[in-house]
Amino acid sequence: MTSTHSEFHKGVLAGLPIALGYFSVSFTFGIFAVRDGFSPLLATLLSLTNLSSAGQFAGVRIMADLGSYAELAVAVLLINLRYLLMSLALASRLDPRLTTPQRLLIGFGVTDEIYAVASQAEVPLGSRFFYGLMSLPVLSWVGGTFLGAALGPVLPSSLASALGIALYCMFIAIIVPPARADRRVLSVVVLAIALNLGFLLLPGLRDLAFGWRITIVTVLAAGCGALLWPKEGAS
Amino acid sequence: MSTGEILLGILVMVLVTYGPRVLPLLLLRRQLQSAYLQAFFAYVPYAVIAAMTVPDIFFAASQPAAAVLGTAAALLLAYRGRSLITVALGGVAVVFLVETVLLYF
Repeated sequence: MTSTHSEFHKGVLAGLPIALGYFSVSFTFGIFAVRDGFSPLLATLLSLTNLSSAGQFAGVRIMADLGSYAELAVAVLLINLRYLLMSLALASRLDPRLTTPQRLLIGFGVTDEIYAVASQAEVPLGSRFFYGLMSLPVLSWVGGTFLGAALGPVLPSSLASALGIALYCMFIAIIVPPARADRRVLSVVVLAIALNLGFLLLPGLRDLAFGWRITIVTVLAAGCGALLWPKEGAS
Repeated sequence: MSTGEILLGILVMVLVTYGPRVLPLLLLRRQLQSAYLQAFFAYVPYAVIAAMTVPDIFFAASQPAAAVLGTAAALLLAYRGRSLITVALGGVAVVFLVETVLLYF
């Protein structure tokens, strides 16, 4: 049996590359949030309590556009529904003896990247390993947000403008490799883009608020994908 | 937006973000049965991210030409399977260079 100390240590090492990747993205998110009317402290609080890139990005946009709380809840819920699937898969890999407080803390750390690493780790997953795994990414996500929010306004405008594309480039890095490997994913991506452009161009539809538009486009595109290609054991 | 409105917004976001993450860990011990639902959940992140990225990425820099070239660089790096941070910094570097060059025209 391995000691709890070394399990935590193993987790920390596995989380280091994730933390490095998170820093550039959370720094950019901090710049965005301040530009959209958040104070550095509120932006940091959002990162600390949410720990989700696409969800936070959409949430800030919706609040800045003065969207309703219903729009905010539905859009962010839909964007984060994938965590439900990840936690469903993760639940069967956890040590069955884990207590409720331990499960509450582990649930806080389920992100795309942390889930991806945890799903490759030895079963059963213990709490120590998972705490180690999530520790550096959480620090990096929260610290990067604060630094971006605090330094964003004093950065040279040319640099701040260039950093504005970083979050979108991260989105490209997330969707291109699976779209390249799987024609079904590529089809869903192309359909979502086409629907989104259609909604933006068509009179009547283009006045739809950001959150509702993204929600409707996603349900249509992912729904078509599921009807055409329901697959076994997808994750 | 007032601080109170933002705090309420953050609370709403916490509920819909933390709920899907933690409920399966507490309640469910078996896999989702429906192949349709599994596929739907699997496709959602790609559809969401694609819709949030296009066309907004083309307006993410102060010069549209810089944004288009930055997007092309990110697509190329991602297509070659480079890491998240390489793709992000590659796109930022191209936008920064193009915008700097454009200052002289």
